[in-house]
Amino acid sequence: MSEHLLEVRDLSVDFHTAQGTVHAVRNVSFHLDPGETLAILGESGSGKSVSASAIMDLIDIPPGEITSGEVHFDGLNLLQASHEERRLINGNRIAMIFQDPLSHLNPVYSVGWQIEEMMTAHGMAREQARARTLELLQRVGIPEVETKIDAYPHQFSGGQRQRIMIAIALALKPDILIADEPTTALDVTVQAQILALLEELQKETGMGLLLITHDLGVVAEVADRVVVMNAGEIVETGTASQIYANAAHPYTKKLIAAVPGTGEMAQPLEATKPLLEVNGLAKHYGDFVAVEGASFTVLPGETVAIVGESGSGKSTLAKTLLRLEEATSGEALYMGRDLVTISPRELFDLRREVQMIFQDPTQSLNPRMSVYDIIAEAFVIHPEILPKAKRRERVAELLSHVGLEPGLMQRYPHQFSGGQRQRIAIARALALEPKLIICDEAVSALDVSIQAQVIELLAGLQAEFGLSYMFIAHDLPLVRDFAHRVVVMQAGRIVEQGPVAQIFDAPQQDYTRKLIAASLSPDPEIQAERRQARAQIEGVA
Amino acid sequence: MSEAEIIPDTPHPVRTTFGMLWRDKFAFCAAIFLCFIIFCAIFGPWLLEDVATKQNLRGRNAPPFDFSRPWYFWLGGDALGRPLLARIMVAAQNTMMVAAGAVVCSLAIGTTLGLIAGYTSKLGSQVIMRLADVIMSFPSLLLAVIVLYVLPPSVFNLVIVLAITRIPIYLRTSRAEVLEVRERMFVQAAQVMGASSNRIIFRHILPVVLPTLVTIATLDFALVVLVESSLSFLGIGIQPPEITWGLMVSQGRAYLTTAWWLSFWPGLAIILTTLSLNLLANWMRTALDPVQRWRLESRKTSDE
Repeated sequence: MSEHLLEVRDLSVDFHTAQGTVHAVRNVSFHLDPGETLAILGESGSGKSVSASAIMDLIDIPPGEITSGEVHFDGLNLLQASHEERRLINGNRIAMIFQDPLSHLNPVYSVGWQIEEMMTAHGMAREQARARTLELLQRVGIPEVETKIDAYPHQFSGGQRQRIMIAIALALKPDILIADEPTTALDVTVQAQILALLEELQKETGMGLLLITHDLGVVAEVADRVVVMNAGEIVETGTASQIYANAAHPYTKKLIAAVPGTGEMAQPLEATKPLLEVNGLAKHYGDFVAVEGASFTVLPGETVAIVGESGSGKSTLAKTLLRLEEATSGEALYMGRDLVTISPRELFDLRREVQMIFQDPTQSLNPRMSVYDIIAEAFVIHPEILPKAKRRERVAELLSHVGLEPGLMQRYPHQFSGGQRQRIAIARALALEPKLIICDEAVSALDVSIQAQVIELLAGLQAEFGLSYMFIAHDLPLVRDFAHRVVVMQAGRIVEQGPVAQIFDAPQQDYTRKLIAASLSPDPEIQAERRQARAQIEGVA
Repeated sequence: MSEAEIIPDTPHPVRTTFGMLWRDKFAFCAAIFLCFIIFCAIFGPWLLEDVATKQNLRGRNAPPFDFSRPWYFWLGGDALGRPLLARIMVAAQNTMMVAAGAVVCSLAIGTTLGLIAGYTSKLGSQVIMRLADVIMSFPSLLLAVIVLYVLPPSVFNLVIVLAITRIPIYLRTSRAEVLEVRERMFVQAAQVMGASSNRIIFRHILPVVLPTLVTIATLDFALVVLVESSLSFLGIGIQPPEITWGLMVSQGRAYLTTAWWLSFWPGLAIILTTLSLNLLANWMRTALDPVQRWRLESRKTSDE
């Protein structure tokens, strides 16, 4: 009766937890046609992954419960099909790829074996499966397939692992591929390649692609149609350009407005005496060069962004400056004192001045300490800041600075959302009244709208207290809005640095150009232009 | 903003602890049982010494559940006609002193060394780990035999010997956990703030490691009780007329086919004590973990 390849109607999923019933998905309906790319867009907790899991029978029941709805695929209502029927469809007709390819590949089997397993599990002979595996690996762009087929997952890079996951998913030529945040864990340039690969493969096989993402840029790059979800409900549906240009629902508007990379770029600060001056800093691990010859300055009240892909040495640079790692050579003068060679006693005093905010607030806050204990620890370690009697008051003040209710200080980190946790981490850094804060991917783990709020908070604190930031990030649009100056790193070396406008409007180096071209814009039209720019760069290279 | 607004009104900690214990009925029973055992260990010898040592040849291997006899004969009598129930209650003192002493000592020493090995320089860690390997590779019973052959077999010496043989377990476990926890980001965050090594170890690492170690310790308790009984069997542990549960089990061995209760009741006491300790450790792990604690807290709003 339904003309569509896949049709989901009035799907509702509840989760019964100790804190009560959570309506994860409410009356969600969408459909997918052959050869079409449908993106489900939403922030964490919007129910986008749960909807896809219902199609794949991946919801744990209990605590989950599908309270209503139908999922029609090939004349069959999947929600009423038997376990055996669904097993035949899963993998065979509907396949799925996940966000983190490393945790979804078994580390003790070779990748070849794992791809073959997909086919032998559905009844193909082993020799035949191996031949097909070689073919598949070649198709997804793995070099030297003959030897790589017997290699293990850890021997591949993140992008290659995702290619292998795609090979597994495509092994049986499925009609539908569900991709759950397939590029979120990858570098921008790799992300562009994987998306291009998915598109190519889709053209070849005519499969329907259901893409789950939080990234408007990814939507603009590949999606034909978009379903926007918020708090378990669909708020808006339409084509990608329609949604971007004429968003009707306030939530969609908010989401589009929160995407960084469209605002005014900051003017460079007037040259003053630098707060931090790094000269030829290097860090080697044995023969491996993590950072080499890093030289840059940070002025008081300035935000210097350090951008680069994973493995470019930007985090190592931060750790070396904070003496979490010992530098191999070079100097880092903080107000005339060399952070690299300073004695432990002086370093202890300097700890107050230079603080760090970590990437993942879930891990950087001790889960066994209350918020009060976490923030007040600064005063316990440096008792000269504040007498004991005033600590509670000061913690309350710090919490209100970062926009949290002071009454929440007796709670524990797990009782807060991701964005709130990062605010707690910021409050902790502020407790020591630092002059320089190093933010190591401080907002990458957060949703776009939360990201915007935290950036706003950081900017506000900078204006209020004259803080300097060293802002380590891989997300270029974010850097464009927030930084005064940008330092671009590649393979441990600084390839280019300059005022933000110069880097984005007139990049000098190929690598910088490549990075900028690879970052995704939420506007499908701009995205089409970027795609051409990227093709040109690749053509030259 | 006044103080009262900032701090929510929290009930007394003893009350919350009791409330959380009440929510877990198994742990609650375990706690009551352990209180009873501790009561026996402290007052047992003082109250029942005479009854427990008085021989009564007419009551040799008296069967259990004969309720016409006095209450302390309800679990039967041993080979010399002494009441088993009274003897178990009296033996609780020696047993608890040896087993609890050995477990607590090995837990404390092993954990401390493990924390040091996990957090200090490579050299210090190597020295400690090789020492642990030496203890582990040496048969623990042989070590006990040698030491107790030289030294008189007193409760104190027994505790020392048993503690030494169990140290490596805690040492290796805590070191392995420390190596993992020290790489976590909140430890780095504390380092960036300038926290001293002591502070990081005791405030940040130990609370994460401790629940695992306490669980191991409770399981180790039964093992130590039995090792102690085998030492007594070899004639170098606690000797009659002193009694322990382990000794009672091994004394009853000769009568297993005719009078099972001689070994059964002290054996049951060992099992129940270990089980109770384990249940309580399990409860404690949940109660001390802020993420898990809600399972034990009474719900403020009932939405069912």
